[in-house]
Amino acid sequence: MTSVQLTVNGKLSTAEVDDQTLLVEFLRDKLRLTGTHVGCDTSQCGACVVHVDGLAVKSCTMLAAQANGASVLTIEGLSGGDELHPLQAAFRKHHGLQCGYCTPGMIMCALDMIRRHDGKLDATTVREELEGNICRCTGYQNIVAAILDAAAATRALQV
Amino acid sequence: MHPTTYHRPLTLKAAAAIHAAGDSAYIAGGHTILPAIKQRLAAPENLIDLRHIPELTGIHAEGGLLSIGAAMSHAHVAASAVVRSAIPALAGLAGSIGDPMVRHLGTIGGSVANNDPAADYPSALLALGATVFTDRRSLKADDFFTGLYASALDAGEIVTRITFSVPVSAGYAKFRNPASRYAMAAAFVARFADGSVRAAVTGAGNRGVFRATAMEAALRQSFSTDALRGLAFEAGDMMSDIHGSAEYRAHLAKVMVQRAVQFTGEARIFK
Repeated sequence: MTSVQLTVNGKLSTAEVDDQTLLVEFLRDKLRLTGTHVGCDTSQCGACVVHVDGLAVKSCTMLAAQANGASVLTIEGLSGGDELHPLQAAFRKHHGLQCGYCTPGMIMCALDMIRRHDGKLDATTVREELEGNICRCTGYQNIVAAILDAAAATRALQV
Repeated sequence: MHPTTYHRPLTLKAAAAIHAAGDSAYIAGGHTILPAIKQRLAAPENLIDLRHIPELTGIHAEGGLLSIGAAMSHAHVAASAVVRSAIPALAGLAGSIGDPMVRHLGTIGGSVANNDPAADYPSALLALGATVFTDRRSLKADDFFTGLYASALDAGEIVTRITFSVPVSAGYAKFRNPASRYAMAAAFVARFADGSVRAAVTGAGNRGVFRATAMEAALRQSFSTDALRGLAFEAGDMMSDIHGSAEYRAHLAKVMVQRAVQFTGEARIFK
């Protein structure tokens, strides 16, 4: 057993877990933050994407112990209260989801993408950056539109 | 997942000592070992995290050599101003591995030590005349890769850093498998100040990454795609599976060498 201490969505969380516990298991089973999903469990689909120390990672392919001491952001930590985060609002506006299973991972990936590109994104780049996030409903068109809209809003805020 | 004990040593000596004491595997980005454990292909009693050892970090260029710490992630290498300026094709190669999340965790040392026959980095090491430094010695890339998932590393030996000879120019061309996105065939071709050319192919060979020595000689005479006319890879040396026959891969590998020459100075991904 290992004592794992993480700052999750700004709140310090400590739990005793088996060493082989995956980060996604820690978040879902120990902290009951079930917004982070497990789709494939083989690092391909991206439903489990969270941020660890500011970087988007696949939480099905990282041990909670590897993240010990880190700061983690999950989909639950995005909005402040009842108001949707701009990316969540953009996905809603553009119908960027159908069943919604992939959406938390899509949004966490998109947030990382917008930050790394400083909001300067085009459709080709967004599609390349979504390489590791699979949606089996939408065909991606509206997901790309939502991310571009949110990126433009981010740029507008910087001016 | 199979039970294991996690260790986070802060020195190479401590990491090696844990490894020597019992059934162990090293973990850095974890994007090979964790899937392997999930699939019951590996069941180490101890997992030794190498990412917190200072000697394994850092990227710098000096005296015609580019040195990259083994624990540097693909995202670090892809975004490094030092790498982009010294060997842009190497930065492009790193930026073409997996997806953004994979690149945030996967490391150059892990990729090199694992020597997956479809991994990108091994071709760059061979073509750039790299040296692999470990906690015990240094090894030339030509002696390092010994077969599929096999290297000259001894049990418990830790890759610490890799140094690349900075070429006049280099190109990387990869044709992706449309499903897995791994290389079906990819070529790294580098031209050096003394006129020599080194070219290596990954993803295609049935013994893993290999150097295209006949093509290197032709490119030394004339660095152009025309120089490759009449040269071919042997289908008998290629992998053959449901994704492509050996004949297809032999053809594709040559096309990738041609494209790496044509687009020297960058990494080009084809699909």
